[in-house]
Amino acid sequence: MTDVALGQRPLPVGSTRRNTVAWWGVLCLIGTEGALFAYLLFSYYYTALQLGDDFGQPRHPQLELSLPNTIVLLTSSVFVWWGDRSIKRGQSAQFFIGYGIGLLLGIAFLVIQTFEWRSQTFSLTSGVYGSLFFTVTGFHMAHVIVGVLALASILVWAALGYFDENRCVPVLVAAAYWHFVDAVWIAVFFTFYLTPYFW
Amino acid sequence: MAPRDIERVPEIGVASDVYGGTLARTWETEPGIAGFFSTVDHKQIGIRYIVTAFVFLILGGLEALVMRIQLARPGQNLLTPEQYDQLFSTHGMTMIFLYALPVLSGFSNYLWPLLLGARDMALPRLNAFSYWVYVAAGIFMYVGFAIGAGPNDGWFNYVPYASGPFNPGMSMDFYALGMIFLGISTTVGAANFLVTLFRTRAPGMSINRIPILIWGTLTASAANLLVVPAVSLAFFLLWMDRQFGTHFFDVASGGQPLLWQHLFWMFGHPWVYAIVLPAMGMVSDGLPTFCRRPLVGYTPVALSTVATMILGFGVWVHHMFATGLPSLALSFFSAASIIIAVPSAVAVFAWTATIWTGRPVITTAFLFFSSMIVLFTIGGVSGFMTGSVPVDWQLTDTYFVVAHLHYVLIGINLFPVVGGIYYWFPKMTGRMLDERIGRWNFWTMFVGFNIAFLPMHLVGLWGMPRRVYTYPAGIGFDWLNLIVSIGSFIFAIGVLLLLVNVVRSLKHGAIAGANPWDAPTLEWSVSSPPPPYNFAVIPRVVSRHPLWEDRLKEREVRSATQEGLLLDHGRETIATTPLDAVPDLILKMPEDSYMPFALGVALAAGFTGLLLHWWWLVVIAGIAVAASIVIWLWPERELGQVAGVAP
Repeated sequence: MTDVALGQRPLPVGSTRRNTVAWWGVLCLIGTEGALFAYLLFSYYYTALQLGDDFGQPRHPQLELSLPNTIVLLTSSVFVWWGDRSIKRGQSAQFFIGYGIGLLLGIAFLVIQTFEWRSQTFSLTSGVYGSLFFTVTGFHMAHVIVGVLALASILVWAALGYFDENRCVPVLVAAAYWHFVDAVWIAVFFTFYLTPYFW
Repeated sequence: MAPRDIERVPEIGVASDVYGGTLARTWETEPGIAGFFSTVDHKQIGIRYIVTAFVFLILGGLEALVMRIQLARPGQNLLTPEQYDQLFSTHGMTMIFLYALPVLSGFSNYLWPLLLGARDMALPRLNAFSYWVYVAAGIFMYVGFAIGAGPNDGWFNYVPYASGPFNPGMSMDFYALGMIFLGISTTVGAANFLVTLFRTRAPGMSINRIPILIWGTLTASAANLLVVPAVSLAFFLLWMDRQFGTHFFDVASGGQPLLWQHLFWMFGHPWVYAIVLPAMGMVSDGLPTFCRRPLVGYTPVALSTVATMILGFGVWVHHMFATGLPSLALSFFSAASIIIAVPSAVAVFAWTATIWTGRPVITTAFLFFSSMIVLFTIGGVSGFMTGSVPVDWQLTDTYFVVAHLHYVLIGINLFPVVGGIYYWFPKMTGRMLDERIGRWNFWTMFVGFNIAFLPMHLVGLWGMPRRVYTYPAGIGFDWLNLIVSIGSFIFAIGVLLLLVNVVRSLKHGAIAGANPWDAPTLEWSVSSPPPPYNFAVIPRVVSRHPLWEDRLKEREVRSATQEGLLLDHGRETIATTPLDAVPDLILKMPEDSYMPFALGVALAAGFTGLLLHWWWLVVIAGIAVAASIVIWLWPERELGQVAGVAP
């Protein structure tokens, strides 16, 4: 590889955009958390395949709440993406709107999800399917709660005037985590709500 | 605000004493108790890791000695079966989780920034946090052992033995929660190594110029990031089964006991490589220094390090050959397990060729590094044998496997680690270890180890099962077990000699100087022990052997260690691009902080609450955890995280 010259070239100082250590750190976090959900879903599919017809999952999982709720969560990602783009362009007002709505939609997801939990005919201890359902969706909910707290912290810090288009790494980090949590939901939703229809 | 408002042209200059003094004031840790709990200096954290890991090594070793007294003769009654179960399980847990990886994390923590030409790890506070969690998790699990509730189903803890109905009491709950807790430490540590490698190398240290130790720890860290969640999840599901009546492993309700084995070994086998690859890297870097030549085959060794790990993801079922899986699966995993001999052999041949074509200087460190090649080969061959399904069916759960795993773990972890202590102790303390005690240390350990573990192959081939607390007289196991027990005590005396040497040399060892071994890499370009800021100027690197360039004369250009980037506006170091290491950012490094310790304490309280079902404590600890994280991450002006601060 080539040698590096130490030219008199100006370099950015401190936390800025995607070359900071924090950005690489959140990528590692997403990697390890992604692996966690892969193992959770592996546990589901492994048990399902071993048990076959005895698995006891509903043939037609209810989509009345879960499908709209999926749309709520994905929409929140769109708003967060828009807020993220706005702060990088220095558009503070749009950022607050984007993250604010993203946060509210995240909370809405959690509320709807508790109704979804309460409407199930099985429970955590009724059988291995119920154990898997509530544990996997519970893990996801815990991640949504962390994401909501992260978005809330970002909004507080932004309100204190900490961020502009140069100094906005925490905003980007929280957005990355939020998109990850939403992407995981797609995998969880597909696994628990859609695959039984094709079983 | 335009981007140029946050930019600065870094000054280039020469390291002077006055300048070093200024830097030292910026970087040094407060003395006393305050500094102890708040430091983020990778050198202090690294040494703490090594010392703590050795405390656990000694505990695990004493447990082994008690077992060897019990097994020295047939029909002994020193231990009850339950005590024996807890001893061998705690021994495994201690050695594999609390010693083997943490000790390598210690070396890597200490050495990485020095090898890479940086002033600290990329995420120094996370580094401190990783250590505190490791200590807390270790204490957590040992509290269980101390009150008679240590793990008692082997370190791999199979269900249904570990399930509630078959294992009442708190043993499994201590172990399950402790392992989840420890997983946090391993994971954040692994992330820190990855970010450090990709962001904080000295200018010019492109990816093909990093020392092999870096390749080893990098590979291990990438694997840990991906596999630790498997074991944490397995233990979490077990804990749920035990405490909340879920059915993951409960056969009567459709639970899958083999799911435990899959999750455990998907983690467990890559972990085996994670606890040897960095140690192999230490040999690859240390051995050439004493052979007076660069490592033979840098590129094949680096690539085979990565290849070993990639293959290592696909061999976990060889721990499960005797569980009745379909023969197609067995064939695949058997083939993968056997193929892994190829990258391992690459390293062995490279080390052998390095000694063969070099001019070896026989020091204690050299003896430990080179003997590791022999032990690795023996352990590799027995592993190759058990990789074959029919052989494994014959040998699984016998002492042959115990012999194999000790040749691998002691041979490729402990021997390189002790060699590494002889090699880097002068750098860490400024004093040499005594070479005369060192020879006694080496030969006692080497002879004791082989007397202890070579006969285990035979006793295993003759059919002695693992994990039995005693055996009857007159079936041919007696004299071999006595030899094993004698060997284990000789080995223990060898380890004791190491401790004697360390304690003695801390005060009376010869003064080392910056580069006592005339070694080639960057850590030897700074004083021993290094100053708190590591490098007065950030070095610029043009080869793999910055300090041997005048002799090797591979190229015209030379690396610069005395003139380079100054970076003295507070705690700063340079960030470079991931592959070519071109400077692209001036990193603001954090000050010392109590938050890593506070977060560790909050987590420990939370896990204690979970263990005892003190839900009020769990709630308080949860709030404390969240608050600690928010305070920790609160944007700071000094770190250039807040808008409108001059660079």
